[in-house]
Amino acid sequence: MQLSPFTEEHDLLRKAVGEWVDTEIAPHLAEWEEKGDFPDDVFHRAGELGFLGLSFPESAGGQGGDYWAQVVFLEELGRVSQAISMVLSVQTDMATPPILEFGTQEQIDKWLKPAFRGELIGAIGITEPDTGSDVASIRTHAARDGDEWVLNGSKMYITNGARAHFITMVVRTGEPEEANPWAGISMFIVDTSLPGFTVSKKLEKAGMKMSDTALLYMEDVRLPADALLGVEGEGFRQIMWELQGERMGVSVFGVAGARAIVEEATKYARAREAFGRPIGEFQAVSHRLAEMATEVEAVQSLIYECCDLWNRGIYATEEIAMAKLAVGQLSNKVADEALQVFGGAGLVEGTSISRAWLGARIGRIGGGSDEVQRQILARIMGIG
Amino acid sequence: MSELEPLFREEHDAYRQAARLFVSNEIAPHVEEWERQRDFPRDLFEKVGGAGFFGAKFPEHWGGTGPDYAAEAVWIEELSRAGSYGTASDLGAHSQLAALYLDRFGDDDQKNRYLRPSIEGRLLGALGVTEPDAGSDVSAIKTWARRDGAEWILNGSKVYITNGARADYVVIAAGTSDDSGHEGITLFIVDTATPGFDRNRMKMIAWETSHTGELFLNDVRVPDANRLGDIGAGFRQIMANFQWERLMMSLGAVALAELSLETAIDYARERSAFGRPIIKFQVWQHRFADLAVRIRTGKALTYRALRHHIAFEDGVDVGREELVRLTSMAKLYTQRMAWQVADECVQVHGGAGALKEYPAQRYWRDARVGSIGGGTDDIMRNLIARTMGLGAA
Repeated sequence: MQLSPFTEEHDLLRKAVGEWVDTEIAPHLAEWEEKGDFPDDVFHRAGELGFLGLSFPESAGGQGGDYWAQVVFLEELGRVSQAISMVLSVQTDMATPPILEFGTQEQIDKWLKPAFRGELIGAIGITEPDTGSDVASIRTHAARDGDEWVLNGSKMYITNGARAHFITMVVRTGEPEEANPWAGISMFIVDTSLPGFTVSKKLEKAGMKMSDTALLYMEDVRLPADALLGVEGEGFRQIMWELQGERMGVSVFGVAGARAIVEEATKYARAREAFGRPIGEFQAVSHRLAEMATEVEAVQSLIYECCDLWNRGIYATEEIAMAKLAVGQLSNKVADEALQVFGGAGLVEGTSISRAWLGARIGRIGGGSDEVQRQILARIMGIG
Repeated sequence: MSELEPLFREEHDAYRQAARLFVSNEIAPHVEEWERQRDFPRDLFEKVGGAGFFGAKFPEHWGGTGPDYAAEAVWIEELSRAGSYGTASDLGAHSQLAALYLDRFGDDDQKNRYLRPSIEGRLLGALGVTEPDAGSDVSAIKTWARRDGAEWILNGSKVYITNGARADYVVIAAGTSDDSGHEGITLFIVDTATPGFDRNRMKMIAWETSHTGELFLNDVRVPDANRLGDIGAGFRQIMANFQWERLMMSLGAVALAELSLETAIDYARERSAFGRPIIKFQVWQHRFADLAVRIRTGKALTYRALRHHIAFEDGVDVGREELVRLTSMAKLYTQRMAWQVADECVQVHGGAGALKEYPAQRYWRDARVGSIGGGTDDIMRNLIARTMGLGAA
């Protein structure tokens, strides 16, 4: 009985990613969070080191690894920062996979390969000011004009939106049909250097402050014909496909973050003394940490089962919705319990625990809220 | 390409089909009647044994078909889905505890006399550790065995012994040394027909079909040939088997939770309120979705622990501490989960949730035992905390 999905090769990769994370990411996290920004160089270095296309085929400029290689990458990021995990996962699990899945060779050459090298930064554009979970209601639209498309509308809460070179975006190109509200949606690769594209606002958030989250405006942006990604009118199906990989990704780094918080709180409980002994010797504290560790292992087990399905090419919508929902709840609960263990130290700005507590809340909203996951599950269970 | 090795292979699917067929023919049709009577016939053991379902984890030499722990897990899942937890618990105490102890610690003569007929389901066993004053704290047991030539004389009492009120033999833990505690406990196979052995069947609010017993040993003479393993080895023997017992409980709890949820969803489809089936209300759809996630999460953790157990039994160096950690976590998570799921499922039934006519309340009562038996939730937390370097120094 083989117990681990990771091979020696994965272990070597983990070492390499881990070293990069520990030396070039972790030391700067407090500063980046305070500034509400981080350097683009993070993308460049990750690309240089070959980390941005780990599970993509070599023919498309990737490293040719399996999904577990991507899992290693996300876990190593997840253990230090959910914010950095999110921005890099937007690149590797959200903006780029649809280009490989639905794109032409030209689109792969133009956008995907430089993205893997870290030269181009990508974002995924779904949400709008008036439309979040309800993707079918998007209003941003593109109208054909000769060979070109004219794009108008806005996108909201777009991670990497202020710095992205391209945005993999869902746009309306036709009217919804009564029987099929998902009709008339298409996907585009939007070049952000085109005239009419503006970053209207970099949003200030309560958590994950270092990641840039933007409100974007598109006014008569003229997209070339080859900006269309995949099939016109198939955008809804394509973005639903994208969301599976996105939810897998956030689940993987999410649970890695939860595990790290428990470990940090455990270490703290062993060192911090009160009433003459380490607080970890108090049964109330030790049992609380034991519970947290148990919840982490339970959710981790589910997520590895999901990763395994995903790696085998199985489109496991049910398991992925479960994983996304479970990890969002877990991260919040664990971060809150850990904050309690830290006491006053947990409330100080700039500590990893306070960052984790603030950042975890986003996990239950982004990438499809808790409620959306429940709705998906209810439908699959035949009750919704 | 690296993958998670599947827990179940093709042959296990066939075994599951066979188990499911057996349960649906021999157990499921009688469950409501047995529950009403708070009893089930003894010959079920022989039927299970005759069909080979006590044999999966035992070697062929003693009448088994294994050892194959994945197959055993399949049986537990299918048996639990019959929805009579008390019945499953009696069968489990016989097979997962008493017979397994004989397989692990017995000599050939003992295996011939007790293990073989246990696998056949003709001779019924139980395990007697817990006492009125010693539950989770095994080293505190007071039952005492005094040597008298080629015999031992046992005195004391045991309580909450699953299948103990009907068993033909009970593996009894007794003190054999003045410095009782970890090195002072020895196991004995005690025939329940021996003079001085008395028992009561306990009346419980859950596991109503089970024959949970209170045992009294008054100068019970046991031949030394029935001493199970070395003198003083009892504590270690008991601790070693806890992992398997807790894994089996985890599998059972997950199956019970699944059954509970399915039953509740069926009810919610049929029951109307405010002009529509209550399943149409989003709060119930979402609550059911949450419950399904918790069940699936518990199952994933249990399967992970089971993989470790199988690897451990195969001689793979998984680290005993890691096995204990994952198993304790699975037990802690699943037992409470099953009860909480069952509680929500009672809720969806409304007033009918309190009626014996519906099984929802029974799943809820039966699931509650899991956080107490086989090591309480708090014991699990202590064990887990210890692996984290926490707890009392």
